[in-house]
Amino acid sequence: MAASRRTTALLKSVVGSQLRSYSKGVRTVTLIPGDGIGPEISAAVQKIFAVAKVPIEWEVVDVTPVRGPDGKFGIPQAAIDSVNKNTIGLKGPLMTPVGKGHRSLNLALRKEFNLYANVRPCKSIEGYKTLYDDVDVVTIRENTEGEYSGIEHEIVDGVVQSIKLITEGASRRVAEFAFNYARSNGRQKVTAVHKANIMRMSDGLFLRCCREAAEKNPDIRFEERYLDTVCLNMVQDPGMYDVLVMPNLYGDILSDLCAGLVGGLGLTPSGNIGTQGAIFESVHGTAPDIAGQDKANPTALLLSAVMMLRYMNLPDHAAKIERACYSTIKEGKYLTADLGGNGKCSEYTDEICQKIAAE
Amino acid sequence: MSTSLLLRTVSGPLRNLGHFKAGSVWTITREAHNKSKSLLAQYGGRFTVTMLPGDGIGPEMMTFVKEVYRYAGVPVDFEEISFDPNSESETDFFDAITSIKRNGVAIKGNIETRENRPGQISRNVELRNELDLFTYVMNCESFPGVQTRHKDIDIVLIRQNTEGEYAMLEHENVPGVVESLKIVTRANSERLARYAFDLAQKQGRKKVTTVHKANIMKVSDGLFLETCTAVAKEYPNIEHNNMIIDNCCMQMVAKPQQFDVMIMTNLYGNIVSNLACGLIGGPGLLSGRNMGPQYAVFEPGTRNTGQSIAGKNIANPIAMLNASVDLLDHLGLDYHAQLVGSAINKTVNEDRIWTPDLHGQATSIDVVQNVIRNIQEQTKTKNWGGPRMGR
Repeated sequence: MAASRRTTALLKSVVGSQLRSYSKGVRTVTLIPGDGIGPEISAAVQKIFAVAKVPIEWEVVDVTPVRGPDGKFGIPQAAIDSVNKNTIGLKGPLMTPVGKGHRSLNLALRKEFNLYANVRPCKSIEGYKTLYDDVDVVTIRENTEGEYSGIEHEIVDGVVQSIKLITEGASRRVAEFAFNYARSNGRQKVTAVHKANIMRMSDGLFLRCCREAAEKNPDIRFEERYLDTVCLNMVQDPGMYDVLVMPNLYGDILSDLCAGLVGGLGLTPSGNIGTQGAIFESVHGTAPDIAGQDKANPTALLLSAVMMLRYMNLPDHAAKIERACYSTIKEGKYLTADLGGNGKCSEYTDEICQKIAAE
Repeated sequence: MSTSLLLRTVSGPLRNLGHFKAGSVWTITREAHNKSKSLLAQYGGRFTVTMLPGDGIGPEMMTFVKEVYRYAGVPVDFEEISFDPNSESETDFFDAITSIKRNGVAIKGNIETRENRPGQISRNVELRNELDLFTYVMNCESFPGVQTRHKDIDIVLIRQNTEGEYAMLEHENVPGVVESLKIVTRANSERLARYAFDLAQKQGRKKVTTVHKANIMKVSDGLFLETCTAVAKEYPNIEHNNMIIDNCCMQMVAKPQQFDVMIMTNLYGNIVSNLACGLIGGPGLLSGRNMGPQYAVFEPGTRNTGQSIAGKNIANPIAMLNASVDLLDHLGLDYHAQLVGSAINKTVNEDRIWTPDLHGQATSIDVVQNVIRNIQEQTKTKNWGGPRMGR
């Protein structure tokens, strides 16, 4: 009796989810190709998705800043409307003009869509050998405040202060997100990274919020570690850590550190989760020197797109594309120059498409 | 004025007067054995150094330092000061500061500060601020005998030690909103940069890299970067470049051999120094030097209390012993520095007596005894001679 009740519940959830995706039909996703190699890698991703028959429609927008009515440069309204409507976006690398009064475009997007958590899973890729083989870490970084609030003043000539802002609301939000992410992705442990021995009040507040979130999620293990201890241990034994949650600056540094362990920014996916949606992006640069020469490596953007599929509850398609990508890298026949090969971007893309079609 | 009164006014700690023997030669050490302009307390040929064991593994490490110094015949007397982390009173702490000001140098472990009241500054930070130890220097050199993923690392890390993110100025204006101030001053950045370039020049280093995050923190890190670049122009034979901290970390884990001398603010220094220690073999090997215009304090590089391994005889004493070698170097006791330093290197690289943090089986005492044995080997044939009298 109990067994059949359980089976019914299971069937309902499985069928229900399938019904959900059927009823939703094809979802529209905003695509921001970006600059430099952006357009070619975006095209590669679109091709792969088409072959994999992913139920997604792309809406391509351009975020090149335009002068608004108030004279300041800002994201064009069309782009903002698109992301607000679709609530999911995929972004290629953007070129931020240095100085010249342009606000960092990435920062503008973050503020516009209230993207409060940046998630970067770093996993060692079989087939691309680095000095570290067993990395499987996810860094979750608070994305809106902390040291990057941009509040700085020159108090007197030669003395500058920069303000690091930590609020309870933002810290609580990112802590809860970390535990939910850990649970939905089958992770066992969340580590809060802080420097509360020095920044007692600010990191102390962050730590308190993490502890409260931990109490509400007793099924996930929780520990807290100093930033320097994490750095020390990460380069000796990355297997010690699972999910890391931290304020903005530490997150920036640690996520790049972990990316370095697995092979650099050309292989690392990244997702920015907001209150009403999410934008997934590749975090490498625009590489203007190889733009348009079919030499770019689309792996980072592709893996970010896979993350996006999982977020959209399309795990089967995600797994299929991911498998094809990893096995292509493992075989090593069509690797692009940054991975040590001499293949072309199109060859690499075609190989992945072939593998997907063969499944 | 009588001789004894003259001695009392110019010599070191008063208690040493009891050891004074008529006819001994002694010197006022304003010039002798001075690498910096610090005032060292030397009396009767022996230096006095303040010792702050701190908490955790600190006290055990200090006994090892004393043992090793004894066997190496080092002419140093330690003035030991410990304080109770639970006590509310500040007098012990200020006694320590006075002692260091008197002696000019100190060797210390990490001091734990319990959160007695909000806004209480970490004791370690307060010590550095009081003594104006504006630079923290770490020589990160690979140990050839230790098995690591990266080899041949040789980086000098110079970290701003008194301001930056460690200003410990925080306030909560509105409940739930905390502000923490990071202070960067041109004066401190400039003397740090000068110290770095002078050191690079003296040691024959070719390249200095400034690490910063000026693309985001435009004003504060911008000032730091600008100051370092300006000072670099005065040293045209040394190459200067700059790197953003996140890129720097990525490069450190991939190719740390590209770095030579690195300058950075307090927090980035903390991160990169721990990274470097991790790459070289862990927190138990490297030591760091807190340098100021008048005083110098030596300690293990990663500044860990090691509370979880205290009293278990498994802590790695190499870091503290290396700090003691730095101390000997600073005091100008070159023979002893070379003696102890080579004994330590032999223990780690050739004899391979390693504690568990280096995946070895030895205890702390095993390591220290090996170092002492190496010292005894070297001093077997040395004729120590009599006291330095004018005879």
